Amino acid sequence: MKVFIANFKKYQFLLAELVKKDIKLKYRNSVLGFVWTLLEPLLTMIVLTIVFGTILHKRTPNFAVYILTGRLLYSYFSTGTKQALKSIRRNGGMIRKVYVPKYMYPLAASMSSYVTFLLSLIVLVVVAAVQGIRPTRYLFGAVVPLFTVFLMVTAISFLLATLHVFFRDLEYIWNVATMLIMYMSAIFYEADSLLESEYGFLIKYNPLYSVIANFRNAVVYGRPLESFFTWYPIALSLVILVVGLVFFYKKQDSFVLYL
Amino acid sequence: MGKKTALRVDNIGVKFRMTSERVDNVKDYAIKFLKRELRYHEFWALKDVSFRVAKGDRVGILGLNGAGKSTLLKVIAGVLKPTEGSILRYGKIVPLLELGAGFENQYSGRENVFLYGAMLGYPREFLKDRYDEIVAFSELGDFINVPLKNYSSGMKARLGFSIATIVEPEILILDEVLSVGDAKFRKKSEKKIKAMFDKGITVLFVSHSIGQVRSLCDKAIILEKGHLIAQGDVETVSGLYEEAIK
Repeated sequence: MKVFIANFKKYQFLLAELVKKDIKLKYRNSVLGFVWTLLEPLLTMIVLTIVFGTILHKRTPNFAVYILTGRLLYSYFSTGTKQALKSIRRNGGMIRKVYVPKYMYPLAASMSSYVTFLLSLIVLVVVAAVQGIRPTRYLFGAVVPLFTVFLMVTAISFLLATLHVFFRDLEYIWNVATMLIMYMSAIFYEADSLLESEYGFLIKYNPLYSVIANFRNAVVYGRPLESFFTWYPIALSLVILVVGLVFFYKKQDSFVLYL
Repeated sequence: MGKKTALRVDNIGVKFRMTSERVDNVKDYAIKFLKRELRYHEFWALKDVSFRVAKGDRVGILGLNGAGKSTLLKVIAGVLKPTEGSILRYGKIVPLLELGAGFENQYSGRENVFLYGAMLGYPREFLKDRYDEIVAFSELGDFINVPLKNYSSGMKARLGFSIATIVEPEILILDEVLSVGDAKFRKKSEKKIKAMFDKGITVLFVSHSIGQVRSLCDKAIILEKGHLIAQGDVETVSGLYEEAIK
């Protein structure tokens, strides 16, 4: 453990550099640059609100904010895990030539997407203000789902990055899986009616749904957090993190043979 | 003897597992698994290799292609973990192998100094302090602010060399004699390496050329098919090697 901490300290600067690199390169070659981070969720929110709000006559109050909260958390989940999945292979050239603690790569991928995600929350603040949502004291509760989603993405990252070294087509499998998770997360529909149906468990035990629901409690409804939505995703993420790390550490020495 | 150990390699073995065809996706794996066609053959790239390098020794590693020289260097540099055996390193190792392997093409030279430096494990403050020195040595001038994708390969190698050699390593790993950049820069880089040699650092040097090994090293080892077959004084060992390849 001591060795591990000393090693982490030594390469802390590298982690910062890797995170910085991902973020910088993302915006370097586009004219609008950072504005895209804000514009993209805003535009999808408008489309989804029109499609599901107007055309399907959903008359839920604050529907735009409802969609936006779900959509922002989901897009971090999806981009974060997808970036991390490819992180080991994408940095294969370096891994084969320079010794670097390998967990840096998935961790940096999850962290850089997280930074972009936090920045994109600016849109949420603006839209919520426009829709007349007043911050309540329960808003501070939002910290919990925001932390949980990072834990969840990082946990899954180690598992996916490891598997992707051995199975290249995992990328496509995961694309389909995230789509499924999207539909199970109640992003653009109300979960209540579905939760009571016979497939309700699909939503209930989707940890991402728990995070989104809790985030909405804090931000949209001004309600206290629900304890199931708080503890279930944290517990599950911790289990995945332990499994993922053990798996990663067992396999990391053979990465170099497969890259 | 009485000299301090710089590197200790104990009974190292590296086993590679090869599939006759590359199976790297779920689809192929499932098909092969069902048809029971998942066959591997294993081979040892290195087996029972042990040696000790004393501080200040300059060791030449000789061997034909496929003898395991590169594998051995990778193990020593820490990129590849041996299947068995152990390795102890005393001091900072700088491998001058494939310079600039971690460069980011869209980054400017300046940004790459910090990225590559971080990858080699140098602290940020240190890089900041020595930044001017790195740039000066690389002779890139104003190009340092240009994205790397516009560099020639010589320019990249110059930058890589300048960053990697900014620290004074205790153990230096060299693969063939460096041919970095144009004739002028090559002279300069050779001079820098010679200066390091004179300070008495430990050197591991891989080459096909017995001439180079003789002129640079004072000790040598021979690898053949993953086994260490001779070690000792450079004259004796290179003599043996000459006999063997005749």
